[in-house]
This record gives sequence, C-alpha cells and structure tokens, in this order.
Amino acid sequence: MPAGQVMALIGPSGAGKSTLIRCVNRLVEPTKGTIQLKELELTRLSKRQLRIARRRIGMIFQEFALVDRLSVMENVLSGQLGYVGFWPSWFRRFPAPVVNRAFELLERVGIADQMDKRADQLSGGQRQRVGIARALLQDPEILLVDEPTASLDPKTSRSVMRILIELADEHGLAAIINIHDVALAKQFVERIVGLRDGLVVFDGTPDELTEEVLTEIYGEEDWSLTKKRPKEGDEHDEDDDDEHDAEAVAAAARTDRAVTRGAPAERP
Amino acid sequence: MSTATDRIKPVWRPKPSIRNPLLRYGLVIGTIGYLYLAFATIDVNWGRVVQGMERAQFLFAGFLRPDFVSRWQFIQSGILESITMTIVATVLGVALSIPFAFGAARNIAPLPVYLFCRAVIAVSRSLQEIVIAIIFVVMVGFGPLAGVLTLAFASIGFLGKLLAEDIEDIDPRQLEAIRSTGGSWFQSMSFGVVPQIMPRFVGLSVYRLDINFRESAVIGIVGAGGIGGALNTSIARYEFGITAAIILVIVALVYAGEYASGVIRAKVQ
Repeated sequence: MPAGQVMALIGPSGAGKSTLIRCVNRLVEPTKGTIQLKELELTRLSKRQLRIARRRIGMIFQEFALVDRLSVMENVLSGQLGYVGFWPSWFRRFPAPVVNRAFELLERVGIADQMDKRADQLSGGQRQRVGIARALLQDPEILLVDEPTASLDPKTSRSVMRILIELADEHGLAAIINIHDVALAKQFVERIVGLRDGLVVFDGTPDELTEEVLTEIYGEEDWSLTKKRPKEGDEHDEDDDDEHDAEAVAAAARTDRAVTRGAPAERP
Repeated sequence: MSTATDRIKPVWRPKPSIRNPLLRYGLVIGTIGYLYLAFATIDVNWGRVVQGMERAQFLFAGFLRPDFVSRWQFIQSGILESITMTIVATVLGVALSIPFAFGAARNIAPLPVYLFCRAVIAVSRSLQEIVIAIIFVVMVGFGPLAGVLTLAFASIGFLGKLLAEDIEDIDPRQLEAIRSTGGSWFQSMSFGVVPQIMPRFVGLSVYRLDINFRESAVIGIVGAGGIGGALNTSIARYEFGITAAIILVIVALVYAGEYASGVIRAKVQ
C-alpha cells in the first residue's frame, strides 16, 4: 500500500476483514505470511518491539471502544500511552505539547467543548470523533479503521467518514477502512479491495466495482438500488457538505436499507 | 390478520426443564423422602430444650437491663481494638488482594500465574475465619495481631475472587483499544481495566470493611483480639447484662457501617 492512500476493505460478514486489519497491529496473530510497515516487518517483532511499532499504527473501532468511565480528554490522551512512562500516565501528567495537541485535535473534530465529559455521555458520532482524535494523537503512519460507521446513522456516518478522509489527507496517512456500506466506500475512497472467505477477489477503483463484482464478493442479490447511489452522487457535488444536503441524506438512507436487505444473502 | 385470530389456537405449555417424566417426578419424590428420613434422625431432647429456655430467659432478662456502666472500660477497649483490627486488616487485605485479583483473571493473566492466584484464593475462601484465626493464634500468639492477619487473609480470598470475576467481565474492546496504542501492560491495566472495575472495587472494599468488623467480634472468641474476647468472658461469667450491652454496641456499629457503606457505594456508581 502506498503512503497516503485510503483503501476500503469490503466483503461479507465473516470474510476476514476485521481479522486482516487486526493482524496488522497483531491484536490477532497471523498464522502465516508477513506484514510490513515501510522497512519494518511487523510479523517478526518481539513483544517490546511490537509495542513501539503499535505507536505508528492508529486504530479506530466499530463500537468506538472508548473507555466509558474516563473523560473525553483522558481517552484522547491514551493515544500517547506508547510514548509516556507508567507513572506520568497513572497520574495523568502528560507532557504539555501532547496536551496542546490533544486540544487541537478535539477542536479539529469539533468536540473541544465536551472535553471533560465522561465518554459514555456522548452521542455515537461524538464518540467516534473522540476515537479518531485518540488514533491521531498517536502520530501514526497508517490508520486501521474497523467499521467506523456501523453503529451510526447515515448522516453521522457521512460526516464521520468525511472527517476521517480529510484528516488522513492532512497528515498524509494511509488508511485501511473496513466497511459494510458499499455506497459509502465508493463515495469516499480511491481504492477498494473485496474480500471473500479470506481471499482477495477484487482490487480496483470505485468505478471498477460493478454489479458483477459485487455479486462475486457478496453473492447473488439485486444490486440496482446500491448502484443508483453513485449516479445520484455524480449529479450532486460530492465535496459539498453532506450535513446540509437533505437530498443526499435521503438517498443515503435508501441505500443503507438496500444494503441491509442484501444481508441475508451474505450469510450462507 | 383476522384469519389468524379466527383460527383455533393450539394450547401452549412451557417445556419442563427435565424432559423425562420418570426422572422429573422421581426427583421430587426422592427429595421429599430424603427430607423425611433426615428429620427423623434428629433426636430432640425436649427436657434440655426446656432447660435451655430457662437460661435463655436469663439472657433476655439481661437484654432488658443492659449494663453499659459497670465494665464500660472493658467494653470500650474491646470495641476500639475491634475497630482498629478491622481497619488495618481491610487496608492490608485490599492492598494484597489487588495483585491476586489481576492474576486470577483469565483474560489478562498467563495460565501459570492464573493457576497460582486461583489456588491462593481457593485456600483463603475454603477456610472459615474461625479456623484461620485458630491457626494464626497458634502461630503468633493471642491478641489483635492474630486477628489482623486472619481478617486480611480472609479478605484476599473474598476480594480477589469477586474482583477477578469483575475483571473477566470487562468490555474487551476498551482494553483492545488501549493495547493498540502501544501502551505497556501496566498502562493497559490502568487505562483499559481499572476505570471499568473501579466502582465495584470501591463497593466491595467497603462491603468487606463491614464484614471484617462483624468477623472481628467472632474471632475474639478464639483469642484473636477484639470485642469477641470480652463477649465470651461475660457469657462465661453469666454477666448477661454486660453481654447484652456488648451485643447492642456491635449491632449499633454494624448498622452505622452498613449505612455508611450504602452511601459510599451509591456515590461511586
């Protein structure tokens, strides 16, 4: 994967998307094969080296995986744990530049005012923004994003995806995004990889992701509604702020339903 | 819709949890039969019960006239000793139970550590406080030190087990997220686990303080210090007024402790 590229990983439930991205930072140990981050072969690292390598890999989770009982700020600062000693982190004495950077990131994702609230008091969209800020505070070289929008409504999904893509661009980060929502993937990323039963069955641009390819990835289903989405999308300017674009949201809602309806066909 | 309601509904009964009817009714009859036989073996000596009733009358008469005054020094020093023992033992027990709790949680401890910690907890839990107290009295002699060691050891088993179970029940995603930032094991614990178990930890510790105070009255009977010794002496001397006074003081303190622990536990939720 080249630096700065944002790639979406799609495929039916159980295809191995989550496992694949967890293999990158070895939350799951790969059984064979190698994974490299630049010159570093991640699969060969000792525990200690792995800890240091994990600092370079930011991760964003499906159910946000914030520590509920910690404040928003503490959650964001936990992104720096790999750089800070145990006692400073125990007493929450993080270096001033780090705290300043955490402020900036919270402002950037638009929730600086929620800083001292407990993480479980935030809404889904706000929580995912905290998750994004936490990952970015690590100063990573690559982002692993596991179903960032699966627990969010269509509108929030879009705004979260947009923030994610913008921030990846700003920091020149590569990102691997696991995503169920094909329409959303097509709208936001430059490269899509389709996974089925643990194997790559598609690798190309969003435009190359045709109905036939979707059938190959997910199995037989009527994809027409899903396909309509990019057409409508082309009529609108995609770079517009979707949050104020009621029509796009409505279209998105329709698409989401279509994707969900396809779900039973994925299972067998 | 109307056709569905018009149809005759089949009778539905919940499925019995034991499917074999022979086994099902056999178990019921067996249990009743065993209870009958068991009760039949209890030999009640009614003569002694009547005598006991008379002695109980003296005791309850004592409760009508509890004597706080004539041996107040004695009661006071016993109570203070019990309170001191309780606090020292709880602090010690809580501190020692933390490493055992983490070690005994299968989701974070490696297998050998897990087995060792579970074994220690099992020993602590399998021995009743009185038994532990007797052992410590033999080891370190009569007095509050034996009591403190007893209560601290018993606290390790209690807190270690319940806390370990709470650690096993944490949301693993929060811990996974902290691990993925490159934090060390201790940092993962302090950010990923501790916040999740904190309310239960405080609640259990306060509850254990409560239990330790009650136990401190009991273990005094075998010579491990505290108010229990005074209680035992007063009964042996048939000074039921003083016995009553001691019991009333214990009840009052347990109530106070219960109330305080309730308030604290409500606060940390």
